Amino acid sequence: MLFFSFFKTLTNQTVTIELKNDIRIRGILKSVDQYLNIKLDDVEVLELVKYPHLSAVKNMFIRGSVVRYVILPRSEVDVGLLEDATRREAANQAGKAR
Amino acid sequence: MERLSLNESPANAQQQPQQGAQQNHNALGPAGQGPTPGPPQLPPQMFTTAAQLLDLTDKKLVLVLRDGRKLIGVLRSWDQFANLVFQDTIERIYAGNLYAEISRGIFIVRGENVLLLGEVDLDREDDLPPGITKAPYDEVWELKKQEDDKRKTSDKKRDRELQTMGFEPEHSGEILF
Repeated sequence: MLFFSFFKTLTNQTVTIELKNDIRIRGILKSVDQYLNIKLDDVEVLELVKYPHLSAVKNMFIRGSVVRYVILPRSEVDVGLLEDATRREAANQAGKAR
Repeated sequence: MERLSLNESPANAQQQPQQGAQQNHNALGPAGQGPTPGPPQLPPQMFTTAAQLLDLTDKKLVLVLRDGRKLIGVLRSWDQFANLVFQDTIERIYAGNLYAEISRGIFIVRGENVLLLGEVDLDREDDLPPGITKAPYDEVWELKKQEDDKRKTSDKKRDRELQTMGFEPEHSGEILF
């Protein structure tokens, strides 16, 4: 659930999402859920010429399972804090598994 | 006494969510004033699949499926897995600079096959990218089939080459257009 919480802190930021079929979409992160399904507002599809079916789309629901990367604004991510949190989470998981 | 306890339990049940909501509120309170003051956070119920799909209901959407199909229709119903019901659906196919449409009716889509859902901006829906023109369905379908076959063979070739180098193809077993 760590990354779910992490993405929640990034709502209303502009992010770029790359899907597993190479489509890249930039938009304002509106919401994320437990499966990391993502909702984007004011979307802009990069290389739109290749994907004409997305030309009149203003907001989007993207299923978490098809996302390859989420590209985030560097200034909005506290990398140190995130590293600490991931390690703590990993330690917790290891503790639970034992 | 029995009646009392029966009456009491729903009352308790009603109170509990309220307490829960208050706790959430308290939990959110300090976060706003904490060491990293951020923008006010949205209520937790905003972050469910249901909430995300709720404001797309009864709107005209583009649905892209895992097999590359593009459907345009009105979202009428859904559940927490993003299983969807689409009404008055048309399928659009693209090939080269051509596209075609065919009416398909009602769809019930299993959630796992959904790639993305996009809300169509009704003011811009007829503005296709320049150079793209409508053509008869059969013609476009034939062209699309040729394109698909070409892509399939080139993908297969690439995957084989990658495999000889020890790379597993990225989405093996999963069809992703």
